[in-house]
Amino acid sequence: MTGNLHIYVLALPLVGALLVNLLGRYSLRLVPPLVLGALALSFAAALKVLSGVLEHGAFSYTVGNWQPPFGIELVVDHLSALMLVLVSAVALVASFASLHSVARELADRQQHFFTLYLILIAGLHGLILTGDAFNLYVLLEITSITTYGLIAMGRGRAPLSSFNYIIMGSIAACFYLLGVGYLYILTGTLNMADIAHIFPTVQGNVAVATAFAFMLIGLWIKMAFFPLHGWLPRAYSDAPIGTGVLVAPLMTKVTVYLMIRVMFSVFTPQYEFFQHPGVQNAIVWVAALAIVCASILALGQRDLRRMLTYIIVAEVGYMVGGVWLANSQGLTGAILHIVNDALMTLCLFLVVAAIASRVGSLHFDNLTGLYRKMPLTMAAFTVGAFAMIGVPPTCGFYSKWYLILGGIEAGQWPYVVALVFSSLVNAVLFFRIIEIAYFRTEGDGHVPLPGPIAEAPQMILQPLLLAAVALILVGLATGPLVEQVIRVAVPGGL
Amino acid sequence: MDGLMSEIVAKYNYWIYVILMMIGFYAMLAKRNLVKKLFGLNIFQTAIILMFVSAGVKHGAKIPILDKHEVLEHGVNVAQVVNPLPHVLMLTAIVVSVSVTGVALAILQRIYRRYGTLEEDEILEKIKE
Amino acid sequence: MTDDQDQLQTKAGTSGPIVEMAVRIMTPFIQLFGLYVIAHGHYSPGGGFQGGVILGSAYILLGIAFNQQIAMRYFSERVNNMLASGGALIYVGTGVVCALLGGLFLDYSALDRILHLGPIEWRSMGIFIVEVGVGLTVMSIMTSLFWDLGSGGELEKGL
Repeated sequence: MTGNLHIYVLALPLVGALLVNLLGRYSLRLVPPLVLGALALSFAAALKVLSGVLEHGAFSYTVGNWQPPFGIELVVDHLSALMLVLVSAVALVASFASLHSVARELADRQQHFFTLYLILIAGLHGLILTGDAFNLYVLLEITSITTYGLIAMGRGRAPLSSFNYIIMGSIAACFYLLGVGYLYILTGTLNMADIAHIFPTVQGNVAVATAFAFMLIGLWIKMAFFPLHGWLPRAYSDAPIGTGVLVAPLMTKVTVYLMIRVMFSVFTPQYEFFQHPGVQNAIVWVAALAIVCASILALGQRDLRRMLTYIIVAEVGYMVGGVWLANSQGLTGAILHIVNDALMTLCLFLVVAAIASRVGSLHFDNLTGLYRKMPLTMAAFTVGAFAMIGVPPTCGFYSKWYLILGGIEAGQWPYVVALVFSSLVNAVLFFRIIEIAYFRTEGDGHVPLPGPIAEAPQMILQPLLLAAVALILVGLATGPLVEQVIRVAVPGGL
Repeated sequence: MDGLMSEIVAKYNYWIYVILMMIGFYAMLAKRNLVKKLFGLNIFQTAIILMFVSAGVKHGAKIPILDKHEVLEHGVNVAQVVNPLPHVLMLTAIVVSVSVTGVALAILQRIYRRYGTLEEDEILEKIKE
Repeated sequence: MTDDQDQLQTKAGTSGPIVEMAVRIMTPFIQLFGLYVIAHGHYSPGGGFQGGVILGSAYILLGIAFNQQIAMRYFSERVNNMLASGGALIYVGTGVVCALLGGLFLDYSALDRILHLGPIEWRSMGIFIVEVGVGLTVMSIMTSLFWDLGSGGELEKGL
């Protein structure tokens, strides 16, 4: 039983999705218990997987008992166990808010929404576990296709933004597939560990470099790394609220995890960082540019959700730069930032869900005086804002600390300056909202609201407070997290 | 010049795939009709599928359907049989391509119902109003 | 439309008696061929996806030759939805049952505990169960794609 636990983490949301599709047309009241039950069981199984890995060490699992390199191999090591716990926890917490807001926005299509929702979560779990390059492509497309559908369910401009995302996302997946094709022609196998094994004997350096470039650019488009980020702001801010709460914290972070997997399990650090040093410098420069430009673009936004999506683009810049710094501090900081950024984005998007459920529009003019009317929501927003800025003891401070240390050690001063600049810009952005919500009274161009503004509904408020508390707790627990889990995951020799 | 021509003629199939990919890419970027963009994507994906499949072909090899009794007697001579693994992988890729096309066409129907047109510039005009 | 084209179109909007009769004769053979392709998937070229597309194309042919209402009488939307989810459930369910019975995910030799055929035989036969599930799902999805896209989502009047 315990040997199959990570499969249950993947299979339970999938079975839940199919049951929601079957039973949801008969009774819509069956949908919330199915969704929450599947995600809660999946989270429990992920916790057990993590404790098992911490005790016994990493292991690999072959699907269908076909031995690798012929069968598909799943890799469960410290990094993937940590990501499993993160994704299942964020999915569980976000699903409370999604259930509430979808019941309001998309009243009679709930079963379709949650079928796609649960398949997306199953696909994310599979992406984390897989050890086979082509399987990664299939799961990447599963998550992307469900996201296209989930975003297109919104109102207004949502179908157009989703179509734009389809074009760019499919180009990205095709580039990744091209890269896998090159690797298959060169090495004859698709298993990641086997490709790494065969690499030293492969001739044809240009082909290997081309394969790496294609795979990397495909993953960069998917994670919205500047300047390939054009699809993200419109897609995430025109989506329904229930989609944004799940997709914004998770999709780009899991793609950053995939980039780390491809860079360290398929290609070796020696190849990427040291054979062509100009490439590494160039990418850290582009990451610094990404952080600065995305922060400046966020300054010009007048809508809370659009501002948060530009902040997501800047955070992706942190992580890509941290990985390409080529030292263990930077990689530790990047992995820690994946965890922290998922939690911070979850907290902030839950605030968006709470405000949208009471106020209706997220334009800055509609946020006046919210501190008095929704005190707990805005308290959680303040914690999230402090985490984004990087104030101790919230978790955001520690990952920025590791990234800055790594940047100083590698001598990449533009990256360090960009990190500090981004913290200052985040402070300006969030204090501007705190000022509007706290100090301004109504009557400054205030739009009349549909109902009385009370505190957010319980189904959104409880997860929001949980997420805000988690930000502080994860910040305080950074020591054990880094020592026991992340340090083991970083490959030696960096 | 002679070496270049013999290179192109020897690997003519890969050059055709590259040309197909570029046609698809051009359609995705430069055409203004949304359906044409979608079919540019389709052409791009088809070109990649063709490239994969032709990666497994060998000189003078036959298709990978084996006769059970002959295999049990003589065994399999791998050099005489085309590599079937890219075929199987590309079946999956075709399924993915069909799914993306299906979802995109459904979304295009919604866009058409809302804006009345499928040309990108006309849609942007209508949004600005 | 010209006069002779008018004569070809019957009142119900279908394509005329010749096409109707030909489609009515061909459909059972197409479906039989689809079942053949699914059943031979693990042994020779074929399999769930290919057979499912052929089965779905039989219904699409009905939808093109007759009109959408008549075609939907043979494969209603309710059955479509049930088969689509049911097929995928067969796939994942087989995998989970194999995992619960002590083997790995999709390790068909663990099914030996339910029905005694020998583990090696089960590894060859188990793929067939999964192919059936995939075939059902693909048939439903192909048909549903044609109907929904062709009718603009309302499923009343087709192509």
